Amino acid sequence: MIAKRFNFILASLLFGYAFLYIPIISLIVYSFNKSKLVTVWGGFSTKWYGELFRNEQIIDAALLSLRIAMVSAIFAVAFGTLAGFVMARMKRFKGRTLFSGMITAPLVMPEVITGLSLLLFFVALQKLTGWPEGRGVTTISIAHITFSMAYVAVIVQSRLADMDPSLEEAAMDLGAKPVKVFFAITLPIIAPALISGWLLAFTLSIDDLVIASFVSGPGSSTLPMVIFSKVKLGVSPDINALASIIIGIVAFGVILAIFAMKRQEAIRSRDMQLIAAAND
Amino acid sequence: MKQGYAPVGKLFTGIFEPFANSIVGRTIASILGGLGFTGRTGVIAIPYTWLALFFLIPFAFVLKISFAESILAIPPYSDLVQWSEDAMLTINLNLDNYLFLLEDDLYWMAYLNSAKIALIATFFCLLIGYPMAYGIARADPTKRNILLMLIILPFWTSFLLRVYAWIGLLKNNGLVNNILMGLGIIDDPIVMMQTDFAVYIGIIYSYLPFMILPLYANLEKLDGTLLEAAADLGCRPFKAFLCITLPLSVPGIIAGSMLVFIPAVGEFVIPALLGGPDTLMIGRVLWDEFFNNRDWPVASAVAIAMLLFLVVPIMFFQQFQNKQTEN
Repeated sequence: MIAKRFNFILASLLFGYAFLYIPIISLIVYSFNKSKLVTVWGGFSTKWYGELFRNEQIIDAALLSLRIAMVSAIFAVAFGTLAGFVMARMKRFKGRTLFSGMITAPLVMPEVITGLSLLLFFVALQKLTGWPEGRGVTTISIAHITFSMAYVAVIVQSRLADMDPSLEEAAMDLGAKPVKVFFAITLPIIAPALISGWLLAFTLSIDDLVIASFVSGPGSSTLPMVIFSKVKLGVSPDINALASIIIGIVAFGVILAIFAMKRQEAIRSRDMQLIAAAND
Repeated sequence: MKQGYAPVGKLFTGIFEPFANSIVGRTIASILGGLGFTGRTGVIAIPYTWLALFFLIPFAFVLKISFAESILAIPPYSDLVQWSEDAMLTINLNLDNYLFLLEDDLYWMAYLNSAKIALIATFFCLLIGYPMAYGIARADPTKRNILLMLIILPFWTSFLLRVYAWIGLLKNNGLVNNILMGLGIIDDPIVMMQTDFAVYIGIIYSYLPFMILPLYANLEKLDGTLLEAAADLGCRPFKAFLCITLPLSVPGIIAGSMLVFIPAVGEFVIPALLGGPDTLMIGRVLWDEFFNNRDWPVASAVAIAMLLFLVVPIMFFQQFQNKQTEN
């Protein structure tokens, strides 16, 4: 009975991972295909990579997307950290229910609704105050900060909930002011959450098609918008090359993260052994 | 345990500590204090104001414009409030957009079809995701991290490109048909692209990690001694699973299902790339009203109707989320 159940779990794991990875692997394989017909193998070639780097429209859009993602991720971490801190540490204040609602709702809100509402807001705001002048990088960044700060807030909140409060209390008892406690104790401890929050906000921003389409203006086409307009016309091999590059960067980053985690683990266990040895 | 984070932590203290201690930091603090900003209100006010301004208030504009008339102008909608010549204030609440939604079958069909597709896709995500989450939670710790990383990895790569990958697989001369024909299982290619089937595959594929992660978080915390006790008392593993594991994992099932169902209802990219012209989903209808028909008021009315439709699951998710974090 146990053996049978184990096999079922193993089979579903194998199926699940195959399901998740076959499309990605096929993208990479066909990016090295010589033939223009994406699904017919015509021999190995890297010409689509060359083609990609000569495509100015894609390069410009990629640079624009990178710029927006960098900036909006920084702001999302700043505001998201504050929001997560408020959620974790301030249990009572006026309007807390609304506040927690505004943090959870963006996580599940369909993008078409968020995009439309922000666009209508920007248009009305411009009519009233003259700002923002048209739509473009600024409005896209504001939109991205708003939805990704909710994700950062959730990450920071859960990190703070796991944190040992006695450290902060000890610092307060020793006379540190709350601001100092936050910067000297809390922030360093939650730093890993901030880094993963930044990475997540960056990814969400560089990946967003729907919201950016609503709030962008002429001349500010982000990378997903360019990809979408190309892909709608059918499969094209240079997009495969682009996808492979993105996947390569991400895989490299993840492998780096795994090594960093392993090293930290090793340092930690060595420290624990030293402590144990010192206590003997 | 905290020691492990020290290297990254030091980076932050290195940047911020001198700043907090410096004259600049103290001056800012005293100016804010002088303005009646205690640290507490300031900390709450900044994210609160931002979210209210750019998340909450925009919905009021959607509501407002859903009552406007579509006109040829920039922006293409009429004002609700008008001063007529004899200085009379008139408010034109135009319900036509909503009547239009009610009368035209297209919108009803789109709402129902979206709900149906999202519901079925959520069910299949659960069906595939549950055994996977269970397997990962039961794997030994060294393997567990790698398995988990492999679930998260696709999430970091572009969503658009992962949906696009399926076009290459599902086309008439795509990989799946080529393999099936090569094996002699079928003679003619099966039409899969631009069908509801492709949309289901796309949604299940894209949202599977959102189902697995909360399920894993829940199953990992499961107290193994409960299962041991059940086994000692003669309970068979499958029955123990049904009576202990499954009921205890309900919070994970709810969280995962909500994270899949709610965004899937309003999904645009997947039906636009993989679905056919007759794959009606409400996110796509809204997009077409806005970008192709340039009818902002009707698009707003579609959005408000979608929100009304989703408000119950969203509230439910919210309540649930709050309860989880408070425990």
